[in-house]
Amino acid sequence: MTVTTETTDETLTLEAFADTIVPGEKRSLGDRAVAGAAPGPGAVAAGALDLLHTEATGVTAGLPYLAAALNGHATAYAAEHGFDLDVAVPPFVALSSDNREALVRALTAPGHPEKEGWVALALFCNMAFDSAAHLHTADAIAAGHPGLAAMGITTPDADGLWRFPGYSYGRQLANVHPATSVDGSPA
Amino acid sequence: MSTAETTEKTDVLIVGSGFGGAITAYHLAAGGADVTILERGPWLETADFEHDFLLGSSYTRIFDFTVGSGMSILGGNCVGGGSVVYFAAMPRAPRFVFERHGSIGRRMWPAEITRDKLDPWYDRVAESIPVTQQTWQDVTYSGGLWAAACHHSGRTANPTPVAIDNAKCTNCNWMMAGCKFDAKRSLLTNYLPAALAHGARIRPLHEVQQISRTDDGGYRVAYRVVDDEDYRVLQGAGTIDAKIVVLAAGAGATPVILQRSEPALGQMPHGVGRYFSGNGERLNTAIIDEERVREVLGLVREDGVPYEANQIGKGPTVASWDRLDERLPEYERYSLEQLYFPPGLGTILAQVPGADGVSWFGKDKKEILKRWRSWLTIFLMTEDDNEGVFGPPPPTGNAIRISQQMLGRGALSYDPTPNTRHGWELADAECKEILEKDGIARVAPWTNDVVGAYTVHPLASCRLGDDPATSALHPNNELRGHPGIFVTDGSAVPGALTVNPAMTISALAERAVPGIVAAARERGVAVTYGAPAPDGATSARRHVLELLKERP
Repeated sequence: MTVTTETTDETLTLEAFADTIVPGEKRSLGDRAVAGAAPGPGAVAAGALDLLHTEATGVTAGLPYLAAALNGHATAYAAEHGFDLDVAVPPFVALSSDNREALVRALTAPGHPEKEGWVALALFCNMAFDSAAHLHTADAIAAGHPGLAAMGITTPDADGLWRFPGYSYGRQLANVHPATSVDGSPA
Repeated sequence: MSTAETTEKTDVLIVGSGFGGAITAYHLAAGGADVTILERGPWLETADFEHDFLLGSSYTRIFDFTVGSGMSILGGNCVGGGSVVYFAAMPRAPRFVFERHGSIGRRMWPAEITRDKLDPWYDRVAESIPVTQQTWQDVTYSGGLWAAACHHSGRTANPTPVAIDNAKCTNCNWMMAGCKFDAKRSLLTNYLPAALAHGARIRPLHEVQQISRTDDGGYRVAYRVVDDEDYRVLQGAGTIDAKIVVLAAGAGATPVILQRSEPALGQMPHGVGRYFSGNGERLNTAIIDEERVREVLGLVREDGVPYEANQIGKGPTVASWDRLDERLPEYERYSLEQLYFPPGLGTILAQVPGADGVSWFGKDKKEILKRWRSWLTIFLMTEDDNEGVFGPPPPTGNAIRISQQMLGRGALSYDPTPNTRHGWELADAECKEILEKDGIARVAPWTNDVVGAYTVHPLASCRLGDDPATSALHPNNELRGHPGIFVTDGSAVPGALTVNPAMTISALAERAVPGIVAAARERGVAVTYGAPAPDGATSARRHVLELLKERP
């Protein structure tokens, strides 16, 4: 498959958006999409682009338009704040991580006319990190999925199911309300 | 498969198979009526439930997240409805709730419904599900931590009554994906199999769109068949004629069906699609300081770890009810319940404690995600102001579906009033006071700026009442002006309950059944009332049969 400039720009732009939601460390010295604002892997390394390209999300068909709109907003943001953007990368990618964050805050704020689209995009970027919704969870954990690992989600039993034999401190830890009815409800 | 060319017939057509649908279906079928249930979601059984966040697994097949303007609704979308995805907390509503005035300046519940009057119906549900009280040995680490923190700040805390067989529970915390271990006593384990045994039919993936009248005084219900994988795709269509229609599609869907039916049925009562309540719900996330849990509260697990148990458990096990005090002013009463919210939807709205401004995404948010095992989620159920209103219905269903499953855009708008905000602020502050005392945790509420407020317990969008101007239903659950249509789901509940509402929704559905039986009999259906509990138990039935002798 030939990778077109458009595809590359779209990918870089969406990666930069995902990296704004859950920031991560750069994948290489020359990594422009990932800003390197936080240690450890972020949403991009967690597979945000794979999830966004999963048709079941319902956002896949809209990605080219979202990426183009995001770059339009980035260009306007730079003009408004009086700075030039590096033209070697898409405008949103050219923003610093602080400016990306400020722009995403504005786009997802109550009252922004495009809020719902940006919130949906953010939701799936976060989901790639916190639940790896593009992968079977047990497989993702076995493969060391960085988001699930960072959150400390435990490994399931051999049959792929979770069971926690230890679950309780096993003793009364508070007085119950004096007005509790016999079935245990509020009176 | 049914097609639009053939119209089938049934005595009673029930829309939805959650609490309001399953309970009425069981009693009507057991009483001899021909009952058909149309359920828009799929029919999954124990073997189908998965521990998997992959899109397309049971988690997304049976669960809906409908975003509105200012309010998003999370709810079940499967045979068994909310009971399959819920956390099975089953407290009765406190006495003062039935005396609430809410936004209308006078008692909003029908005069004939009080806690005392509802208790025999609660008893029927408790026997049928069954509902049991948890012991402190059943209480999870997270519930225990919440109890200990409440005690440390001079408050009480109660193990909640639940619909869980604790002997079977593995504390996997996958309740929202359906219970793999048959420990949760969902409707798949009681009312629904009993209804089927008495001849009721359930048709999954049948989404009711509209109701119209038939020439003989009955109703014609039109449905579309939903694709079993991509819910955005509707396939067949059909109609079923019924003498009685019971609407129990959930408070996010029942009013939408009625709105869409208005051109055919005639004017709807004012309360249809208005007075929606999100049960005053709100969440707070606490990031626990493990060492302070050990030092201040003296808690340590068997393995020596103080807590780190967010992933372990079975939803809510402990609630603090100190503010459920009838002497307090309305909008200042609430419960504070320990809860679990799984990843997927359960982290995005959490904010960074102590942050200035927006913190639901970004590098500081990532730092708290890395502390996820030490999260404790507290669920606030307050008194809201019934301020939700449904706009014009979408072309089909109750939402424009965005994703293949789960995510959709609905027509609900909700602009919280100062009363509602006041309750949230008080509850947030108390939560913070309890958990930040002596450095046990840092706490922040979830943001309402991303998807608006949110509720897992939508209520009141088609509510009961004595006043035609502010309610949709007569006190017997019949739709005003449309005899033979009954509403028995959460939309019938007049307002926020300050506790988890499934028990009250169920008790109201049980209470509605004798009236539905009487209406069916008037329409020539050979049906009687008086079935025992689904497993044959009869002690709770005795009390309600006594009560029914007093009804006019």
